[in-house]
Amino acid sequence: MADIGSVVVPATIFFILVFGFLRKVPVFDVFVSGAKEGAISCFEILPSLVGLILAVNMLSASGALDLVASFLRPAALALGLPPEVMPLALMRPVSGSGSNALLLQLFRDYGPDSFVGRVASVMNGSTETTFYAIAVYFGAVGIKKTRHTIPAALTADLVGYIASVWAVRILFL
Amino acid sequence: MMNYIWAGMILFSCICALLTGRLPELSDAVLSGAASAVQLVIVLLGMMCVWTGLMKIADAGGLTKLLSRMFYPVMRLLFPKYPKDSAAMKAICMNITANLLGLGNAATPLGIAAMKEMSRVNKRPTEADNNMVMFVVINTASIQLVPTFMGTLRAQYGSAQPFDIVPAVWLASIVSLGLGILAAKLLERRENRLG
Repeated sequence: MADIGSVVVPATIFFILVFGFLRKVPVFDVFVSGAKEGAISCFEILPSLVGLILAVNMLSASGALDLVASFLRPAALALGLPPEVMPLALMRPVSGSGSNALLLQLFRDYGPDSFVGRVASVMNGSTETTFYAIAVYFGAVGIKKTRHTIPAALTADLVGYIASVWAVRILFL
Repeated sequence: MMNYIWAGMILFSCICALLTGRLPELSDAVLSGAASAVQLVIVLLGMMCVWTGLMKIADAGGLTKLLSRMFYPVMRLLFPKYPKDSAAMKAICMNITANLLGLGNAATPLGIAAMKEMSRVNKRPTEADNNMVMFVVINTASIQLVPTFMGTLRAQYGSAQPFDIVPAVWLASIVSLGLGILAAKLLERRENRLG
């Protein structure tokens, strides 16, 4: 099953190309014109990415996460979250590489098949880097008023964390 | 809102670093943050070219039309603004497909393409409409069918059955996505009343 990851990408590309050929698409010409559009929009998101990654790196270097995590410990216990996963829960919405580093630390300390390891896996697997997506997608089209995006997205994250603990309790204990 | 969150993150970091005596680390983070953003964009640049190029082939061959017809019954409930076979609807469906397949590198470029199509028919260019908000909320939730990356990490750290968490991930994802969509719908109604 671990091999699925390495099959999906080539299979998708193969499928798109064969489909294009059958429909007589001039595949290379069309690819190049599409790639050009991609290159342009990539540079458009650079400024918002610099801003976001700057803030994320400063946040993780300052030790703020541990401080907030210990502050939120009572809230975590009340929601049924193991306190060990709190830094991960705080990091997950802002940084993919940061939350992966914290996840691996939990795997090293507790093992992937422990309760903490399983909750951390499910939490990481059932949520996304919320602020990265918001910054990239709205940055790409110059949206300044995001309206109710952030409250709705953070609701989904919080519910996802609580649901992760429940799902592991129901399915493993 | 992004303005407050961004400023809040940075100001809070400065105060915390002062309290915990980590000011040198904080200064390093400013330099490395800027550099790693540029590195990320360079990696993304390649992926953007590959996937928007492939998307264009899929579109020219009619594959995106096929996909959007398949997803349309569900998508029209979430994105009522875009008609069947519209450019925005096709791009949204390509992004959703990439997310379901776990093609993270493809989902971002395809999502940006979808945002461009949606922004083209948005009346107020700097303000997100309800459909754009819904699209971003769905993209901030995880809808991957097989969490391969997570399985690989668990296997590396000696899990006996790295993929035994998959049903739990599905359960948590569905609950989280469902509540996210519900929250977006409820908040858009409230905003409509206010605005």
